[in-house]
Amino acid sequence: MANTDLYNYILGIADNSLILGQRLGELCGHGPNLETDIALTNISLDLIGQTRSYYQYAASFSEEYKTEDDIAFLRLEREYRNVLLVEQPNTHFGFVIGRQYLFDVYHYMLMDELQNTKDDTLQAIARKCIKEVSYHKRFSGDWLKRLGDGTEESHQKMQEAINGLWRFTNELFELTESEDAMIKAGIGVDVSKMKEHYYAEVSLLLNEATLQVPERKNFTSGGKKGTHTEHFGYILSELQYMQRTFPNMTW
Amino acid sequence: MKKNWPLWEVFVRSKNGLEHRHFGSLRAADAEMALENARDVYTRRNEGVSIWVVESKHITASNPKDHGELFEPAQDKVYRHPTFYNLPDDVKHM
Repeated sequence: MANTDLYNYILGIADNSLILGQRLGELCGHGPNLETDIALTNISLDLIGQTRSYYQYAASFSEEYKTEDDIAFLRLEREYRNVLLVEQPNTHFGFVIGRQYLFDVYHYMLMDELQNTKDDTLQAIARKCIKEVSYHKRFSGDWLKRLGDGTEESHQKMQEAINGLWRFTNELFELTESEDAMIKAGIGVDVSKMKEHYYAEVSLLLNEATLQVPERKNFTSGGKKGTHTEHFGYILSELQYMQRTFPNMTW
Repeated sequence: MKKNWPLWEVFVRSKNGLEHRHFGSLRAADAEMALENARDVYTRRNEGVSIWVVESKHITASNPKDHGELFEPAQDKVYRHPTFYNLPDDVKHM
């Protein structure tokens, strides 16, 4: 395939949205109350909508997969390129909010920069996404502040969530070979340059939420290269069930 | 949730130039959260351009028990509607 790097680059962005969208979708009907349940599934639908735009674009020049659904449902675990952060399972609401916020800050910066890409399709997608992502960040940031600066119990749970998720944040800024190639081509965003800005913004909000900013060490990564955590197989078994059981089925 | 959040009434303006209309109610811990919840619950299908929220306890409502004295006297006073005039044909939009 001639455009392997572009293909991998698009999937690297899209898979984050797909897997986080899937995780949030699991919460449908299980949110802490009606209002937050709807808010979380709204975000899930935003993310899956974004995923469709990316996959449609990738499928338009892929030799292996013909449609967006093929890309979403027919790949093997190692072929998904999402970061480990977004695949972490839903535990309590504070954890869901922490995972969302740590991703949203990065996602917003990425979409902001991606608007300057030389690739017209990616530029159009980024312009559409940034409004959605901007709201996601507002929602998760507000909740993070409320829970951090809330009751003793909410503070403690929020701090545990941030401590547990922190080790996945550095992977957001690690560059893959395809990202390197796309940066050189003027298409990709150099996310490694956003790292200090990211930690500054997150630290500011954590302080505001009266939470401790964890030390920047003991980071782990692998998702961007296809090495996922033990949770990933379970996500795929649910996500791919229909296509695996009834191949080529359509709605 | 051990204790319910306060109830809020939501008013949405569907287009510029139209008035805000009552859309429903929801629960939220404070005004900011009420606004975000209203955005998520009531405007997700592109229903609005502006939202007002007000805590339900601040609304003073008429008592259904007073229905008789408040509203029934108006029922037999048809002359309060301007329906007894013959409008000239040339007058439109009345």
